[in-house]
Amino acid sequence: MSGNAPSFGETEERMMLKDTLRRFLSDTCTDEMRLDSSSAGQEDSSGIWVQLAELGVLQILFTENVGGLGGHGFDIVTVFEELGRAGAVEPLLENIVLAGGLIADLGTEDQHALLREVMSGRHQLAFAHTEPGSRYDLPLVTTTATADGQGFVLAGNKAVVSNADNAQTLVISARTNDALDSADGISLFLVPAGTPGISMRGYPRIDGGTAAEIELSNVKVPADALLGKPGKAFPAIETRVSMAIAAVSAEALGAMEAAKELTIDYLQTRTQFGRPIGKFQVLQHRMANVLIEIEQARSAVLNLAAVLNSGRMQRERNASATKNLIGRVGRLVAEECIQLHGGIGMSQEYALAHYARRLIMVDHEFGDTDHHLERFIALSQAQEPVHER
Amino acid sequence: MKDKTDLQEFRTEVRQFLDSKLPARISRKMRLGQRMTKADYEEWHAILNAQGWLAVNWPVEFGGTGWSAHQRLIFEEELCAAHAPRIVPFGLMMLGPVLQKFGSAAQRDRFLPRILTGEHWWCQGYSEPGAGSDLASLKTRAIRDGDHYVVNGQKTWTTLGQYANWIFCLVRTNTEVKPQSGISFLLIDMTTPGMEVHPIRLLDGEAEVNEVFFDNVRVPVENLVGEENQGWTYAKYLLTHERTNIAGTGFAKAGLDAVKRIASQEMAGGKPLITNPHFAARLAQIEIDLMAMETTNLRVIAKVAAGQAPGVESSMLKIKGTELRQQINDLTRRAVGPYAIPFVSEALDEGFNAQPVGPEYAAPVAAQYFNNRKLTIYGGSNEIQRTIIAKQVLDL
Repeated sequence: MSGNAPSFGETEERMMLKDTLRRFLSDTCTDEMRLDSSSAGQEDSSGIWVQLAELGVLQILFTENVGGLGGHGFDIVTVFEELGRAGAVEPLLENIVLAGGLIADLGTEDQHALLREVMSGRHQLAFAHTEPGSRYDLPLVTTTATADGQGFVLAGNKAVVSNADNAQTLVISARTNDALDSADGISLFLVPAGTPGISMRGYPRIDGGTAAEIELSNVKVPADALLGKPGKAFPAIETRVSMAIAAVSAEALGAMEAAKELTIDYLQTRTQFGRPIGKFQVLQHRMANVLIEIEQARSAVLNLAAVLNSGRMQRERNASATKNLIGRVGRLVAEECIQLHGGIGMSQEYALAHYARRLIMVDHEFGDTDHHLERFIALSQAQEPVHER
Repeated sequence: MKDKTDLQEFRTEVRQFLDSKLPARISRKMRLGQRMTKADYEEWHAILNAQGWLAVNWPVEFGGTGWSAHQRLIFEEELCAAHAPRIVPFGLMMLGPVLQKFGSAAQRDRFLPRILTGEHWWCQGYSEPGAGSDLASLKTRAIRDGDHYVVNGQKTWTTLGQYANWIFCLVRTNTEVKPQSGISFLLIDMTTPGMEVHPIRLLDGEAEVNEVFFDNVRVPVENLVGEENQGWTYAKYLLTHERTNIAGTGFAKAGLDAVKRIASQEMAGGKPLITNPHFAARLAQIEIDLMAMETTNLRVIAKVAAGQAPGVESSMLKIKGTELRQQINDLTRRAVGPYAIPFVSEALDEGFNAQPVGPEYAAPVAAQYFNNRKLTIYGGSNEIQRTIIAKQVLDL
């Protein structure tokens, strides 16, 4: 990968960012922290969240028009690969890529002011979109927003909302008109988490961090809570979810690299039958496959990062391609690395357990392997219609 | 009992027994994937023992059922289908047959009845930190001192060791010979001074396995099974018994039924997930493999019935059976979608009264997927099983 080949987003600034972040995270993300990740994102925990803000990492994920320093697809994947490698469970995805990103994309200048607080690490956000029955269908929103005098009344349920219990402000999707699964008619609202009528039930995620079920019961919000034009939020949601797919795919890539390194080290040092188990050809070949597939994953992440600012079709088709591949390779890497370790690979105290849980759970966010296979097929056929059916 | 009608009658009898005797409280816990306590297992074992159906692979003379392999298969399938707990295998499936074949009369009289009553809860002391796949390299040392052996060392991955009061161990009694020839099989009372059990927490958050430490543990010589330094032979015999029904077809069939039920309730794109072509294809692929594996299993059982010992077939069934069960776990976690992510540990305890997060069936699914990574690791990893096939069948 030299000469006049494409740069794959590797600017000098990003290389520096990568180095800085890797050093910082390897010093701060300990096994103990990964074991008890329920405090992630809290100001009074390890302080990582505030330090990430001080390092400017949160700013790098925003574009300059809202006070950020980057916001390109390659910035996102650079940061998230390092988070994944360190096994960090800090809520950058929820705060910055999703909720913060939607405010940046759709908000007024007044609404943008909130982002300065977010970038400083003093104000946190969550994106409440998925619902108990929506599975991975992005346009399937049944929560309603009914016009009521000067404002709106929200009613409905949101499911598995990550970082909800750390968030002071929620970005909530609700339907202002049209059929329940139509892309048209979805609006977004900026709502303080303490607004009457919002009840939350928080719980740990199996891969670290927290999430919550949210019930919205007669939640009255003012007209200026609306983010963007009424009923027209879906394109921004879809775009931001594709950025989130790039982010978690890069995070998974980092976790794969870390799992691979742990496994290679184990194969070299664990002795059975009088030699390091890495000398057995059958294990060598399986590890070689793991390496090949991780390189595929890296390329898939780069493919998506490069088109995040392109037109819808190119972006979405690549998002589904990447998420499908990451789901497959993530499972392979998690399962193979555990198997190549044997029992020790299943031990909670060993970092591999954390990486494996995260790798599998990435497949349960923003659409799994099968969902994106179908979506890739549908988008491809829409792009180049198949005439003879 | 080879006749098909007889077997059908036997199946009916087992079903009727489960209908009337399996406590609803316990089967509900099993169905919801909740944690089995020691008391749950003891209650269920006592019910089976009262029926005379606890020691399924023991001869009648020792208080067993005397059942054929085919009957045992039917029994296991019906237990799984009814959401009954598994029979804890260590005393009943593993140690019992070893004592019956190699133990002294005094050992059989002392230990076998206590396995049945549950007075002794056994665990297995085989693996060590340095001896996993290469079990024969084990280092836990037993040195003869008068009427006792003095045991020092460590065992690991000891399943349910926290409930046990006895452990059967492979220990090294001779360091001068090749590894397999210096191993003895010892029965150790876990209340003996010098023993410690420490839990190991696994990636699903549970602590079902343990480290067991021996510090100058004095074991009476009468607790040696068979002859000194012949332990490897007994261990291999035990492993063949461990592999009875190793295919786990009962678990696989129950798991497949469960994922079908879940996929009928989950909606994807406005339709039940079970009708989604990609999901349906994954499900069908597993079902097709399982149909074939059931017949492979029956073919092996027929060979056993004809008096041939299961040899390399058990390795084949272990590989196929465990990989199929892992695929079912994988499909189940896919089926629940985003609700695989929440992990409410308390929901896995009996009497959890709070409203479940998402559908009730989703609570244990991700943890079960992670927990069952063990299937291809324990009991001789699948890599070891493939090596056995390559050497013993393929002659490579």
